[in-house]
Amino acid sequence: MDAIHLEYDVDGKNFVSAGSATESVKAQLKGLGINPADVRRVAIAMYEGEINMVIHANGGKAMVDIFMDKVIVKLIDTGKGIPDIEQAMKPGFSTADEDVRNLGFGAGMGLPNMKKYADECIIESEVGKGTTVTLITNFS
Amino acid sequence: MEELKSRHIVTLDYEKCKGCVTCMKRCPTEAIRVRDGKASVLYDRCIGCGECVRLCPHNAKIPSYDRFEIINDYKYKIALPAPSLYGQFNNLDDVNYVLSGLKKLGFDDIYEVGKGAELNSLVAQILLGRGNLKKPIISTACPVIQELISIRFSNLKENILPLLAPVDIAAKLARERAIRRGIKPSDIGVFFISPCPAKVFALKTGMNVSSPSVDGVLAVSDIYMRLLGEMKKIEYPENLSRMGVLGLQWASSGGEAAGVNRSKYLAADGIENVISILEAIENDTLLDIEFVELNACNGGCVGGVLNVENPYVAKARIRQLRIKFPQISSSLAETGKSLDFYSFEKSSEEVDANALDEDRGAAFKKLLEIQKMLATLPQNDCGRCGAPSCKAFCEDVVMGRVAADAKCPCINEK
Ligand SMILES: Nc1ncnc2c1ncn2[C@@H]1O[C@H](COP(=O)(O)OP(=O)(O)OP(=O)(O)O)[C@@H](O)[C@H]1O
Ligand code: SF4
Ligand SMILES: [Mg+2]
Repeated sequence: MDAIHLEYDVDGKNFVSAGSATESVKAQLKGLGINPADVRRVAIAMYEGEINMVIHANGGKAMVDIFMDKVIVKLIDTGKGIPDIEQAMKPGFSTADEDVRNLGFGAGMGLPNMKKYADECIIESEVGKGTTVTLITNFS
Repeated sequence: MEELKSRHIVTLDYEKCKGCVTCMKRCPTEAIRVRDGKASVLYDRCIGCGECVRLCPHNAKIPSYDRFEIINDYKYKIALPAPSLYGQFNNLDDVNYVLSGLKKLGFDDIYEVGKGAELNSLVAQILLGRGNLKKPIISTACPVIQELISIRFSNLKENILPLLAPVDIAAKLARERAIRRGIKPSDIGVFFISPCPAKVFALKTGMNVSSPSVDGVLAVSDIYMRLLGEMKKIEYPENLSRMGVLGLQWASSGGEAAGVNRSKYLAADGIENVISILEAIENDTLLDIEFVELNACNGGCVGGVLNVENPYVAKARIRQLRIKFPQISSSLAETGKSLDFYSFEKSSEEVDANALDEDRGAAFKKLLEIQKMLATLPQNDCGRCGAPSCKAFCEDVVMGRVAADAKCPCINEK
């Protein structure tokens, strides 16, 4: 069977609409009757990724493919890239500036949470070119 | 009123409805369609928030409640006034005028819902103190929230504080008091004076209780004029109020949260705000909050659509009334009940209004079809097809809610 393909533009520096792609994906998964706990795992991981694109990469695209047994979320941006992925993955590591921290982001917990909640979290990044985060969540 | 079995909390005045789609576009759960120029509700999605009643420019949405006259079906009539009722009167400096007025209207006894609210707060303090509830704890005094969680946020069911709403606690205690006074149970009629149709639904269907705790639900707006008439005649009111600020403050948003005595709380009101808070809890982004009070109406229960006064005016009046009340006037010792008495008597039913099909494979096919069809539509969500959005229209077609050959009117014009 074909996958259900969804695409969203994620606006850079727009904190008001940030998270709307995640809300939409959540609604589709609920429509499929996916186990609520799985929906929640997808939502937590995708939301972190979406916010990262807003804060660190001036926006990007979210491409989502839903299969019978899993969902693949690709968050693609053409932002500044991550120089040291291993370091970025460390809990607490953040390059967020003062303004962003005042908004409640920048605890350095986004990437660790994505890794924790998704079954697979693949980060590809090139400095100056952009970052692609792939989150795969299998349905129980 | 016939017995409410489903979520029929609003009916349509067919003559008045102009098919203007205002309600359809603003319904937070996309539960309204306009068919043949008239609004209709998909009741399995309706959470009873009352937005359509509030928004209809033609007053065509009629909230459900019982006619005042039904109290006469019972020999011994008990009124349960909500704390928000006290904010509905101009220049009121003693709530005993309201309560004495209710007696003059024909009620034999009064049990303030605010007293039930105090008891709820006291029990909640104990439960929160024990620390074994799932955080953030979500309050359930507003039945719309519980409905919303059950149809859309089933992940959060375990976060619900499993305590009966103040009105149920008040109803149970009031009925027991009447029985102690020697009244025959079949003669007792317990009536809530409600600020909203959601409470009508919750009480009639016995949400969280094993059988409905009240015999009828009256509307503030329906009894207001007659109550006012009686109140004007009173020279010296009877001293009937037995509640404190702890209960009174439940009338508006934040009051319940203040009553649990915790610093890490959040109170949100207005259905759109409530939905975004629930989304945030589900996404795990609401950090460091222990207790969440949610009210569907702007301002809390003072904003209920069956009230007569502007919510903010009512709130200001209630604030001024505070000095007339003791801080707390109830104690758990006074009722002598165990915590069980205040707790949910049954768990809420599973309703999945979101799933396209019980079978995942079938749901998957349907969603594919919806996506395919959606790609052919203008996606301007104009509402002319009678559905609130292009996506909802596709859903209606695929789900068989409209004829399979239904067409988008915008495309047909071209
Ligand atoms: N899409 C991205 N583009 C560029 N840099 C990124 C991107 N995503 C993450 N980073 C870098 O990785 C760091 C760690 O990301 P992570 O999401 O774990 O923490 P954070 O976003 O700084 O804080 P939090 O997610 O807790 O609000 C970021 O501070 C940033 O330097
Ligand atoms: S708002 Fe809804 S109920 Fe009121 S007239 Fe318009 S379509 Fe009819
Ligand atoms: Mg982050």
